[in-house]
Amino acid sequence: MKIFKYGDDVNTDVIFPGKYTYTITDPNEMAKHALEDLDPDFAKTVEKGDIIVAGKNFGCGSSREQAATCIKYAGVDVIIAKSFSRIFYRNCINSGLLAIECPEVVDKINKKSRIEIKREQNKLIVDGVEYSYPPIPEAVRDIIDSGGLISYLQKRFKKG
Amino acid sequence: MGKTFAEKILAKKAGKNSVVPGEIVVVKPDYVMSHDNSAAIYGKFKSIGAEKVFNPDQVLIILDHCVPAASEKYAMNHKTVREFVEKYGIKNFYDINTGVCHQVVIEKGYARPGRLIVGSDSHTVSYGALGAFSCGIGRSEAAAIWATGEIWLKVPRTIKVDFKGKLKKGTTAKDVMLYLIGMIGADGALYKSVEFSGEGVKEFSIADRIVFSNMSVEMGAKNGYFAPDEKTFEYLKSRGVSESDYEVILPDEDAEYEKVIEIELDKVEPQVAKPHTVDNVSPVSEVKGTKIHQALIGTCTNGRIEDIRAAVKVLEGRKVNKNVRLLVFPASMEVYMQALKEGLFEKIIEAGGIVMNPGCGPCLGAHEGVLAPGEVCISTANRNFKGRMGCKEAFIYLASPESVAASAIAGEIISVEDLK
Repeated sequence: MKIFKYGDDVNTDVIFPGKYTYTITDPNEMAKHALEDLDPDFAKTVEKGDIIVAGKNFGCGSSREQAATCIKYAGVDVIIAKSFSRIFYRNCINSGLLAIECPEVVDKINKKSRIEIKREQNKLIVDGVEYSYPPIPEAVRDIIDSGGLISYLQKRFKKG
Repeated sequence: MGKTFAEKILAKKAGKNSVVPGEIVVVKPDYVMSHDNSAAIYGKFKSIGAEKVFNPDQVLIILDHCVPAASEKYAMNHKTVREFVEKYGIKNFYDINTGVCHQVVIEKGYARPGRLIVGSDSHTVSYGALGAFSCGIGRSEAAAIWATGEIWLKVPRTIKVDFKGKLKKGTTAKDVMLYLIGMIGADGALYKSVEFSGEGVKEFSIADRIVFSNMSVEMGAKNGYFAPDEKTFEYLKSRGVSESDYEVILPDEDAEYEKVIEIELDKVEPQVAKPHTVDNVSPVSEVKGTKIHQALIGTCTNGRIEDIRAAVKVLEGRKVNKNVRLLVFPASMEVYMQALKEGLFEKIIEAGGIVMNPGCGPCLGAHEGVLAPGEVCISTANRNFKGRMGCKEAFIYLASPESVAASAIAGEIISVEDLK
């Protein structure tokens, strides 16, 4: 598991440039451009299970859902940040991406840190030290656990 | 203890007596707005497996992001949207000859006091200028509303902005908003509802208020509200919306605010947001002399008739610098017609500017004026992020229409006062 660490106010234009928003529709193709204007090495080196750690207001700017989609399809399932921009946070939930808001842990994490996530208990263990993060409301958690809003609704409509 | 605007409107829409910040409510928005991304939303809607659109009249679609289509991909996208509209009988649809979505939602009278509007665009916050609660959502959520009619929202805490005194000559609403964002930062109102208030509000026209509400998302806000007043009622009347067509929701006088931010209007000078973040703000005087290659007037922030008039006042009888491309995008066809009737386009063209069709233009880097590496653009838009205008090696400054027009003449960043 690798850790990609970024600073404050990472916006959705550098996560997924606006020029691609209508020209790239395949999520696997989106993943190839993830964080392109922030860290060109990200998409080249990211592997399944890697984690993004960032400062405050991660995902600010445009409402484009591809910003969450491209990160998810690049293989990242968890983002830990000091705070998230609100629409990006919703997009994470709806893409089945776990966005953990835990301001006190971010500065403790370096590229070599060992991170363990106990989802059921809303706890993070970083280099042996335990941190709690605010529980995600149950209704919202069902959406994440279903793999995103669309799969969540698919079940609902199938049941009729 | 009294309630804020956000607490009152979300309680009402959720059918509850009262709600508290942090509570999650399920609401049926009055409208769900989307634009060119409606094609992608349609794809998601189909995959949900719903057989019909829950309420076709709740759906509001305006094509504006890349109009007319710049490539086959964009053309196909628009075609898919039109097919959806036809198939599901969507009446609230506006094709590429109408304007930028947020201007159209306001102009056509969809945005009204007491309404709850969500949209798959972050600048949906604009409608707070008329006393609505409106916020951006994602594509999957828009598809979910098409299928179910509803969405969950968390009740936000509220920050009050208190405008004191009067604007100094040469300072505009845009300058004040940039000043505020610079002061509190890009996350200064994160997850919060913002109420713009105070005696200074009287100073601001509806066009001015839209600038504040529109850019409130640039400080992280969920909603940017102005209490409806005589100016609001008069504006709505002019759009054919009478007072019996809406319900004014006002915050209680003893509402509980997380904080109150005071802005003394007479202390604010013309401002710019420097590359590459909207909260990187300084007075224009600090960057005076920065060479520019392009000047952009328009977008959902500053493309209204008042903005074009203000720019033309600066441009009239002057020439755009030979090293600068001046692009003007009226925010809607209605604004375009009005500017045409007032003879404003002649003056822009005589000065050496280019008048473009209504739409988002190069604001999001799709077409009609993207930048080359090393180029500098001064723009009336709302974002200056790296790569925003199509090139990550370009530099974007944000300013008022007056400052953009003055800079286009000078060939470098300058305020109107300095041009004289």
